[in-house]
Amino acid sequence: MSNFLTGQLMAAGGENEPMPSVLAVPIDELVVGLLAFFIVFGVLAKVALPKIKATLKERSDAIEGGLMQAEDAQAEAQRVLEEYRAALASAREEAAAIRTQAQADRAAIVEEARTEARAAAAAVTAQAEAQLAAERAQATSQLTRQVGEVAVALAGKVVGQSLTDDARVKSTVDSFLADLETQVAQRGAGA
Amino acid sequence: MSLVASGSLECKFENAANPCGFPAPGSGIFFFDDLVSWEIYGTTVGINKVTILIAFAVVIVLGFFLYAFRKPQIVPKGAQNVGETGYLFIRDGIARDVIGKEGDKFVPFLFSFFFLVWIFNFLGILPFAQFPITSVFAIPVAFALIVYFTWVPLGIYRQGFGGFFKGMLFPPGVPKPMYVLLAPIEFISNIIVRPFTHAVRLFANMFAGHLLIATFSIAAYYLLTFTVIGIIGSAASFTMAVALTAFEILIQALQAYIFTLLTAVYISGALHAEH
Repeated sequence: MSNFLTGQLMAAGGENEPMPSVLAVPIDELVVGLLAFFIVFGVLAKVALPKIKATLKERSDAIEGGLMQAEDAQAEAQRVLEEYRAALASAREEAAAIRTQAQADRAAIVEEARTEARAAAAAVTAQAEAQLAAERAQATSQLTRQVGEVAVALAGKVVGQSLTDDARVKSTVDSFLADLETQVAQRGAGA
Repeated sequence: MSLVASGSLECKFENAANPCGFPAPGSGIFFFDDLVSWEIYGTTVGINKVTILIAFAVVIVLGFFLYAFRKPQIVPKGAQNVGETGYLFIRDGIARDVIGKEGDKFVPFLFSFFFLVWIFNFLGILPFAQFPITSVFAIPVAFALIVYFTWVPLGIYRQGFGGFFKGMLFPPGVPKPMYVLLAPIEFISNIIVRPFTHAVRLFANMFAGHLLIATFSIAAYYLLTFTVIGIIGSAASFTMAVALTAFEILIQALQAYIFTLLTAVYISGALHAEH
Protein backbone atom coordinates (compact mmCIF):
# COMPACT_ATOMS: atom_id res chain seq x y z
CA MET A 1 0.00 0.00 0.00
CA SER A 2 1.51 3.24 -1.01
CA ASN A 3 0.08 6.56 -0.05
CA PHE A 4 1.63 9.92 0.35
CA LEU A 5 -1.40 11.59 1.91
CA THR A 6 -2.50 9.37 4.76
CA GLY A 7 0.57 7.39 5.58
CA GLN A 8 0.54 3.60 5.56
CA LEU A 9 -2.34 2.29 7.58
CA MET A 10 -1.14 -1.25 8.11
CA ALA A 11 2.32 -2.41 8.91
CA ALA A 12 3.97 -3.38 5.73
CA GLY A 13 3.49 -6.96 4.70
CA GLY A 14 6.17 -9.52 4.25
CA GLU A 15 6.97 -8.57 0.72
CA ASN A 16 7.84 -4.92 1.57
CA GLU A 17 10.90 -3.75 3.48
CA PRO A 18 10.38 -3.52 7.29
CA MET A 19 8.90 -0.30 8.73
CA PRO A 20 11.53 1.97 10.33
CA SER A 21 11.21 2.82 14.02
CA VAL A 22 9.26 5.95 14.94
CA LEU A 23 12.17 6.88 17.18
CA ALA A 24 14.60 6.86 14.28
CA VAL A 25 16.05 10.24 13.46
CA PRO A 26 16.85 10.38 9.75
CA ILE A 27 19.42 13.04 9.03
CA ASP A 28 17.37 14.63 6.24
CA GLU A 29 14.35 15.20 8.50
CA LEU A 30 16.63 16.59 11.18
CA VAL A 31 18.10 19.02 8.66
CA VAL A 32 14.62 20.06 7.51
CA GLY A 33 13.60 20.68 11.12
CA LEU A 34 16.72 22.77 11.79
CA LEU A 35 16.20 24.72 8.58
CA ALA A 36 12.56 25.39 9.42
CA PHE A 37 13.51 26.85 12.78
CA PHE A 38 16.42 28.93 11.54
CA ILE A 39 14.39 30.40 8.70
CA VAL A 40 11.55 31.38 11.05
CA PHE A 41 13.94 32.60 13.73
CA GLY A 42 16.06 34.56 11.27
CA VAL A 43 13.21 36.36 9.60
CA LEU A 44 11.27 37.04 12.80
CA ALA A 45 14.32 38.21 14.73
CA LYS A 46 15.61 40.43 11.94
CA VAL A 47 12.43 41.78 10.35
CA ALA A 48 9.19 41.36 12.22
CA LEU A 49 10.00 41.46 15.92
CA PRO A 50 12.28 44.54 16.03
CA LYS A 51 9.43 46.55 14.53
CA ILE A 52 6.90 45.51 17.12
CA LYS A 53 9.47 45.93 19.87
CA ALA A 54 10.12 49.49 18.74
CA THR A 55 6.41 50.17 18.54
CA LEU A 56 5.78 48.84 22.03
CA LYS A 57 8.61 50.99 23.35
CA GLU A 58 7.21 54.00 21.53
CA ARG A 59 3.82 53.31 23.06
CA SER A 60 5.11 53.00 26.60
CA ASP A 61 7.18 56.15 26.02
CA ALA A 62 4.09 57.95 24.78
CA ILE A 63 2.15 56.90 27.87
CA GLU A 64 5.00 57.85 30.18
CA GLY A 65 5.45 61.10 28.24
CA GLY A 66 1.77 61.90 28.71
CA LEU A 67 2.06 61.28 32.42
CA MET A 68 5.16 63.48 32.59
CA GLN A 69 3.40 66.25 30.73
CA ALA A 70 0.48 66.07 33.12
CA GLU A 71 2.92 66.27 36.03
CA ASP A 72 4.60 69.31 34.45
CA ALA A 73 1.25 70.99 33.95
CA GLN A 74 0.35 70.33 37.57
CA ALA A 75 3.67 71.72 38.78
CA GLU A 76 3.15 74.79 36.60
CA ALA A 77 -0.33 75.30 38.03
CA GLN A 78 1.06 74.94 41.55
CA ARG A 79 3.78 77.48 40.80
CA VAL A 80 1.27 79.98 39.41
CA LEU A 81 -0.92 79.48 42.47
CA GLU A 82 2.05 80.15 44.74
CA GLU A 83 2.89 83.29 42.80
CA TYR A 84 -0.68 84.45 43.03
CA ARG A 85 -0.73 83.83 46.76
CA ALA A 86 2.55 85.70 47.21
CA ALA A 87 1.24 88.64 45.17
CA LEU A 88 -1.96 88.65 47.18
CA ALA A 89 -0.03 88.64 50.47
CA SER A 90 2.24 91.51 49.36
CA ALA A 91 -0.79 93.47 48.17
CA ARG A 92 -2.44 92.96 51.54
CA GLU A 93 0.74 94.11 53.31
CA GLU A 94 0.92 97.14 51.12
CA ALA A 95 -2.70 97.98 51.83
CA ALA A 96 -2.09 97.60 55.55
CA ALA A 97 0.96 99.87 55.32
CA ILE A 98 -1.02 102.44 53.40
CA ARG A 99 -3.80 102.30 55.96
CA THR A 100 -1.36 102.74 58.84
CA GLN A 101 0.29 105.66 57.03
CA ALA A 102 -3.11 107.21 56.41
CA GLN A 103 -4.01 106.94 60.09
CA ALA A 104 -0.75 108.56 61.06
CA ASP A 105 -1.30 111.33 58.48
CA ARG A 106 -4.81 111.96 59.69
CA ALA A 107 -3.67 112.28 63.30
CA ALA A 108 -0.94 114.67 62.22
CA ILE A 109 -3.39 116.75 60.16
CA VAL A 110 -5.90 116.89 62.99
CA GLU A 111 -3.21 117.95 65.42
CA GLU A 112 -2.00 120.63 63.06
CA ALA A 113 -5.52 121.91 62.54
CA ARG A 114 -6.12 121.93 66.25
CA THR A 115 -2.90 123.85 66.90
CA GLU A 116 -3.79 126.34 64.18
CA ALA A 117 -7.27 126.78 65.60
CA ARG A 118 -5.92 127.30 69.06
CA ALA A 119 -3.46 129.88 67.77
CA ALA A 120 -6.21 131.65 65.86
CA ALA A 121 -8.44 131.63 68.93
CA ALA A 122 -5.63 133.03 71.05
CA ALA A 123 -5.03 135.76 68.49
CA VAL A 124 -8.71 136.67 68.43
CA THR A 125 -8.83 136.77 72.26
CA ALA A 126 -5.73 138.89 72.45
CA GLN A 127 -7.11 141.35 69.92
CA ALA A 128 -10.43 141.55 71.76
CA GLU A 129 -8.67 142.13 75.04
CA ALA A 130 -6.52 144.85 73.53
CA GLN A 131 -9.56 146.51 72.04
CA LEU A 132 -11.39 146.26 75.32
CA ALA A 133 -8.51 147.81 77.16
CA ALA A 134 -8.29 150.63 74.63
CA GLU A 135 -12.01 151.29 74.89
CA ARG A 136 -11.83 151.23 78.62
CA ALA A 137 -9.01 153.69 78.61
CA GLN A 138 -10.94 155.91 76.23
CA ALA A 139 -14.09 155.61 78.29
CA THR A 140 -12.21 156.39 81.49
CA SER A 141 -10.63 159.48 80.06
CA GLN A 142 -13.93 160.65 78.58
CA LEU A 143 -15.73 159.94 81.81
CA THR A 144 -13.15 161.79 83.81
CA ARG A 145 -13.51 164.75 81.52
CA GLN A 146 -17.33 164.72 81.67
CA VAL A 147 -17.45 164.10 85.41
CA GLY A 148 -15.55 167.42 85.71
CA GLU A 149 -18.04 169.19 83.47
CA VAL A 150 -20.95 167.64 85.35
CA ALA A 151 -19.43 168.58 88.67
CA VAL A 152 -19.09 172.17 87.45
CA ALA A 153 -22.71 172.13 86.27
CA LEU A 154 -23.85 170.61 89.52
CA ALA A 155 -21.93 173.14 91.57
CA GLY A 156 -23.52 175.95 89.56
CA LYS A 157 -26.99 174.56 90.23
CA VAL A 158 -26.16 174.00 93.92
CA VAL A 159 -24.95 177.54 94.21
CA GLY A 160 -28.03 178.93 92.48
CA GLN A 161 -30.45 177.43 94.98
CA SER A 162 -30.86 177.57 98.78
CA LEU A 163 -28.94 174.92 100.59
CA THR A 164 -31.13 174.99 103.73
CA ASP A 165 -33.89 172.97 102.37
CA ASP A 166 -32.67 169.40 102.80
CA ALA A 167 -35.42 168.06 100.70
CA ARG A 168 -34.55 170.35 97.84
CA VAL A 169 -30.90 169.48 98.01
CA LYS A 170 -31.76 165.84 98.10
CA SER A 171 -33.95 166.05 94.99
CA THR A 172 -31.21 167.98 93.18
CA VAL A 173 -28.66 165.29 93.89
CA ASP A 174 -31.08 162.63 92.84
CA SER A 175 -31.91 164.36 89.57
CA PHE A 176 -28.16 164.78 88.97
CA LEU A 177 -27.44 161.18 89.47
CA ALA A 178 -30.34 160.20 87.23
CA ASP A 179 -29.00 162.55 84.63
CA LEU A 180 -25.60 160.99 84.98
CA GLU A 181 -26.97 157.51 84.59
CA THR A 182 -28.82 158.49 81.48
CA GLN A 183 -25.70 159.97 80.04
CA VAL A 184 -23.64 156.87 80.83
CA ALA A 185 -26.34 154.69 79.34
CA GLN A 186 -26.33 156.78 76.21
CA ARG A 187 -22.53 156.53 75.97
CA GLY A 188 -22.60 152.85 76.45
CA ALA A 189 -25.14 152.47 73.66
CA GLY A 190 -23.10 154.80 71.54
CA ALA A 191 -19.88 152.84 72.16
CA MET B 1 -15.85 -9.94 14.40
CA SER B 2 -19.07 -11.60 13.40
CA LEU B 3 -20.85 -9.71 16.19
CA VAL B 4 -19.70 -6.36 14.88
CA ALA B 5 -20.23 -6.97 11.23
CA SER B 6 -23.22 -9.30 11.47
CA GLY B 7 -25.34 -9.52 8.39
CA SER B 8 -23.74 -8.66 5.14
CA LEU B 9 -20.05 -8.64 5.87
CA GLU B 10 -18.10 -6.35 3.63
CA CYS B 11 -14.39 -6.12 3.79
CA LYS B 12 -13.42 -2.43 3.94
CA PHE B 13 -9.74 -3.04 4.35
CA GLU B 14 -7.68 -5.63 2.61
CA ASN B 15 -5.01 -7.28 4.60
CA ALA B 16 -3.27 -10.43 3.61
CA ALA B 17 -2.69 -11.57 7.18
CA ASN B 18 -6.13 -10.89 8.59
CA PRO B 19 -8.89 -10.34 6.02
CA CYS B 20 -11.65 -8.03 7.28
CA GLY B 21 -9.93 -7.58 10.66
CA PHE B 22 -9.81 -4.13 12.33
CA PRO B 23 -6.86 -2.34 10.78
CA ALA B 24 -5.53 -0.81 13.98
CA PRO B 25 -3.33 2.12 12.97
CA GLY B 26 0.28 1.51 13.80
CA SER B 27 3.50 3.36 13.39
CA GLY B 28 2.88 3.20 9.66
CA ILE B 29 0.63 6.25 9.79
CA PHE B 30 3.69 8.33 10.59
CA PHE B 31 5.50 7.49 7.41
CA PHE B 32 4.80 8.92 4.00
CA ASP B 33 6.07 8.02 0.58
CA ASP B 34 8.15 10.55 -1.27
CA LEU B 35 6.46 12.48 -4.02
CA VAL B 36 9.76 13.16 -5.67
CA SER B 37 13.18 12.06 -4.58
CA TRP B 38 16.79 12.50 -5.53
CA GLU B 39 19.93 10.55 -4.97
CA ILE B 40 22.49 12.77 -3.29
CA TYR B 41 25.81 11.13 -2.44
CA GLY B 42 24.14 7.78 -2.14
CA THR B 43 21.35 9.00 0.15
CA THR B 44 17.77 9.29 -1.02
CA VAL B 45 16.41 12.76 -0.34
CA GLY B 46 12.77 13.27 -1.13
CA ILE B 47 9.84 15.57 -0.67
CA ASN B 48 6.90 14.00 1.12
CA LYS B 49 3.87 15.22 3.06
CA VAL B 50 5.96 16.06 6.12
CA THR B 51 8.32 18.26 4.11
CA ILE B 52 5.43 20.05 2.44
CA LEU B 53 3.64 20.62 5.76
CA ILE B 54 6.81 21.97 7.33
CA ALA B 55 7.20 24.43 4.47
CA PHE B 56 3.53 25.32 4.78
CA ALA B 57 3.84 25.94 8.53
CA VAL B 58 6.93 28.09 8.05
CA VAL B 59 5.10 30.15 5.44
CA ILE B 60 2.06 30.52 7.70
CA VAL B 61 4.05 31.62 10.74
CA LEU B 62 6.26 34.02 8.79
CA GLY B 63 3.39 35.24 6.64
CA PHE B 64 1.18 36.04 9.57
CA PHE B 65 3.77 37.88 11.64
CA LEU B 66 5.27 39.74 8.71
CA TYR B 67 1.77 40.86 7.80
CA ALA B 68 0.75 41.67 11.37
CA PHE B 69 3.92 43.66 12.13
CA ARG B 70 4.43 45.16 8.67
CA LYS B 71 3.66 48.71 9.83
CA PRO B 72 3.01 48.61 13.54
CA GLN B 73 0.88 51.42 14.89
CA ILE B 74 1.01 52.93 18.35
CA VAL B 75 -2.69 52.18 18.62
CA PRO B 76 -2.97 48.61 17.34
CA LYS B 77 -5.82 47.09 15.43
CA GLY B 78 -6.64 43.92 13.55
CA ALA B 79 -3.81 41.48 12.95
CA GLN B 80 -1.34 43.65 14.89
CA ASN B 81 -3.50 43.24 17.97
CA VAL B 82 -3.39 39.46 17.66
CA GLY B 83 0.34 39.43 16.94
CA GLU B 84 1.01 41.78 19.84
CA THR B 85 -0.92 39.57 22.21
CA GLY B 86 1.34 36.70 21.14
CA TYR B 87 4.44 38.84 21.52
CA LEU B 88 3.49 40.10 24.97
CA PHE B 89 2.53 36.58 26.03
CA ILE B 90 6.05 35.39 25.21
CA ARG B 91 7.80 38.50 26.52
CA ASP B 92 5.90 38.97 29.78
CA GLY B 93 4.55 35.48 30.37
CA ILE B 94 7.69 33.52 29.60
CA ALA B 95 10.83 35.59 28.95
CA ARG B 96 10.55 38.17 31.75
CA ASP B 97 8.79 35.82 34.10
CA VAL B 98 11.32 32.99 33.86
CA ILE B 99 14.58 34.63 32.77
CA GLY B 100 14.06 38.03 34.36
CA LYS B 101 15.71 41.29 33.36
CA GLU B 102 17.75 39.70 30.59
CA GLY B 103 14.70 37.95 29.21
CA ASP B 104 14.00 40.52 26.51
CA LYS B 105 17.07 39.38 24.57
CA PHE B 106 15.65 35.90 24.20
CA VAL B 107 12.15 36.90 23.12
CA PRO B 108 12.72 36.23 19.37
CA PHE B 109 14.23 32.84 20.17
CA LEU B 110 11.35 31.79 22.43
CA PHE B 111 8.79 33.43 20.15
CA SER B 112 9.99 31.42 17.13
CA PHE B 113 9.90 28.19 19.08
CA PHE B 114 6.46 28.75 20.50
CA PHE B 115 4.70 29.65 17.29
CA LEU B 116 6.55 27.18 15.09
CA VAL B 117 5.86 24.31 17.49
CA TRP B 118 2.27 25.43 17.94
CA ILE B 119 1.57 25.54 14.23
CA PHE B 120 3.41 22.26 13.70
CA ASN B 121 1.15 20.74 16.36
CA PHE B 122 -1.93 22.46 15.02
CA LEU B 123 -1.51 20.86 11.62
CA GLY B 124 -2.65 17.67 13.37
CA ILE B 125 -6.24 18.84 13.31
CA LEU B 126 -6.18 21.15 10.31
CA PRO B 127 -8.45 19.53 7.70
CA PHE B 128 -6.51 17.94 4.82
CA ALA B 129 -3.20 18.40 6.65
CA GLN B 130 -4.25 16.32 9.68
CA PHE B 131 -0.76 15.41 10.68
CA PRO B 132 1.13 16.96 13.58
CA ILE B 133 4.64 17.42 12.28
CA THR B 134 6.04 17.26 15.80
CA SER B 135 5.01 13.59 15.88
CA VAL B 136 7.93 12.98 13.53
CA PHE B 137 10.64 12.43 16.11
CA ALA B 138 13.37 14.13 14.10
CA ILE B 139 11.60 17.51 14.38
CA PRO B 140 11.42 17.76 18.20
CA VAL B 141 14.94 16.35 18.28
CA ALA B 142 16.12 19.11 15.96
CA PHE B 143 14.46 21.74 18.17
CA ALA B 144 15.74 20.21 21.40
CA LEU B 145 19.26 20.13 19.92
CA ILE B 146 19.04 23.82 19.06
CA VAL B 147 18.00 24.57 22.63
CA TYR B 148 20.69 22.29 24.04
CA PHE B 149 23.41 23.87 21.95
CA THR B 150 22.18 27.27 23.00
CA TRP B 151 22.04 26.97 26.77
CA VAL B 152 25.16 24.85 27.33
CA PRO B 153 27.56 27.23 25.51
CA LEU B 154 25.67 30.17 27.01
CA GLY B 155 26.18 28.78 30.51
CA ILE B 156 29.87 28.15 29.90
CA TYR B 157 30.29 31.61 28.41
CA ARG B 158 28.51 33.36 31.26
CA GLN B 159 29.69 31.38 34.28
CA GLY B 160 32.96 29.99 32.98
CA PHE B 161 33.51 26.30 32.34
CA GLY B 162 34.26 25.48 35.97
CA GLY B 163 31.57 27.73 37.40
CA PHE B 164 28.95 26.36 35.09
CA PHE B 165 29.59 22.74 35.93
CA LYS B 166 30.23 23.41 39.61
CA GLY B 167 26.89 25.20 39.90
CA MET B 168 25.15 22.39 38.08
CA LEU B 169 26.78 19.36 39.68
CA PHE B 170 27.31 20.67 43.20
CA PRO B 171 24.20 22.57 44.20
CA PRO B 172 24.77 24.40 47.51
CA GLY B 173 22.96 23.52 50.70
CA VAL B 174 23.63 19.78 50.51
CA PRO B 175 25.75 17.79 52.99
CA LYS B 176 29.21 17.21 51.49
CA PRO B 177 29.10 13.38 51.29
CA MET B 178 25.89 13.59 49.30
CA TYR B 179 27.79 15.06 46.37
CA VAL B 180 29.19 11.60 45.66
CA LEU B 181 25.66 10.58 44.85
CA LEU B 182 24.31 13.88 43.63
CA ALA B 183 26.94 14.97 41.13
CA PRO B 184 26.57 11.98 38.78
CA ILE B 185 22.78 12.20 39.01
CA GLU B 186 22.84 15.91 38.22
CA PHE B 187 25.23 15.34 35.35
CA ILE B 188 23.09 12.61 33.80
CA SER B 189 19.83 14.45 34.35
CA ASN B 190 21.02 17.82 33.06
CA ILE B 191 23.55 17.06 30.38
CA ILE B 192 22.40 13.75 28.96
CA VAL B 193 18.73 13.20 29.74
CA ARG B 194 17.49 16.77 29.54
CA PRO B 195 17.61 17.26 25.75
CA PHE B 196 16.13 13.81 25.30
CA THR B 197 13.16 14.41 27.60
CA HIS B 198 12.74 17.86 26.11
CA ALA B 199 12.24 16.29 22.68
CA VAL B 200 10.36 13.18 23.77
CA ARG B 201 7.81 15.09 25.86
CA LEU B 202 6.65 16.99 22.80
CA PHE B 203 6.99 14.09 20.40
CA ALA B 204 5.16 11.52 22.55
CA ASN B 205 2.23 13.81 23.28
CA MET B 206 1.64 14.60 19.64
CA PHE B 207 2.32 11.06 18.56
CA ALA B 208 -0.18 9.60 21.02
CA GLY B 209 -2.79 12.23 20.21
CA HIS B 210 -2.53 11.56 16.51
CA LEU B 211 -2.69 7.83 17.04
CA LEU B 212 -5.84 8.14 19.17
CA ILE B 213 -7.62 10.36 16.68
CA ALA B 214 -6.62 8.03 13.86
CA THR B 215 -7.80 4.97 15.79
CA PHE B 216 -11.24 6.38 16.51
CA SER B 217 -11.60 7.84 13.03
CA ILE B 218 -10.81 4.48 11.44
CA ALA B 219 -13.09 2.74 13.90
CA ALA B 220 -15.94 5.08 13.00
CA TYR B 221 -15.51 4.09 9.38
CA TYR B 222 -14.79 0.44 10.04
CA LEU B 223 -17.80 -0.09 12.32
CA LEU B 224 -20.24 1.69 10.06
CA THR B 225 -22.60 -0.98 8.80
CA PHE B 226 -26.32 -0.49 8.57
CA THR B 227 -27.14 -2.46 11.65
CA VAL B 228 -28.07 -1.09 15.07
CA ILE B 229 -24.82 -2.09 16.65
CA GLY B 230 -22.89 -0.85 13.68
CA ILE B 231 -24.46 2.61 13.82
CA ILE B 232 -24.09 2.90 17.57
CA GLY B 233 -20.49 1.77 17.44
CA SER B 234 -19.68 4.08 14.58
CA ALA B 235 -21.40 7.09 16.20
CA ALA B 236 -19.64 6.46 19.49
CA SER B 237 -16.28 6.25 17.73
CA PHE B 238 -16.98 9.38 15.75
CA THR B 239 -18.00 11.27 18.90
CA MET B 240 -14.81 10.10 20.53
CA ALA B 241 -12.77 11.29 17.53
CA VAL B 242 -14.40 14.73 17.71
CA ALA B 243 -13.90 14.97 21.47
CA LEU B 244 -10.27 13.95 21.12
CA THR B 245 -9.80 16.52 18.38
CA ALA B 246 -11.08 19.22 20.75
CA PHE B 247 -8.79 17.86 23.45
CA GLU B 248 -5.90 17.94 21.02
CA ILE B 249 -6.39 21.68 20.51
CA LEU B 250 -5.65 22.11 24.20
CA ILE B 251 -2.73 19.69 24.17
CA GLN B 252 -1.18 21.31 21.10
CA ALA B 253 -1.08 24.75 22.68
CA LEU B 254 -0.03 23.34 26.04
CA GLN B 255 2.86 21.33 24.60
CA ALA B 256 4.09 24.31 22.60
CA TYR B 257 3.95 26.36 25.81
CA ILE B 258 5.73 23.72 27.86
CA PHE B 259 8.46 23.32 25.25
CA THR B 260 9.02 27.09 25.18
CA LEU B 261 8.81 27.42 28.95
CA LEU B 262 11.42 24.70 29.46
CA THR B 263 13.63 26.41 26.90
CA ALA B 264 13.37 29.60 28.97
CA VAL B 265 14.08 27.67 32.20
CA TYR B 266 17.22 26.13 30.71
CA ILE B 267 18.44 29.50 29.44
CA SER B 268 17.72 31.07 32.81
CA GLY B 269 19.71 28.33 34.53
CA ALA B 270 22.61 28.98 32.17
CA LEU B 271 22.55 32.74 32.84
CA HIS B 272 22.45 32.61 36.63
CA ALA B 273 24.11 30.00 38.80
CA GLU B 274 21.53 27.84 40.50
CA HIS B 275 20.95 28.40 44.17
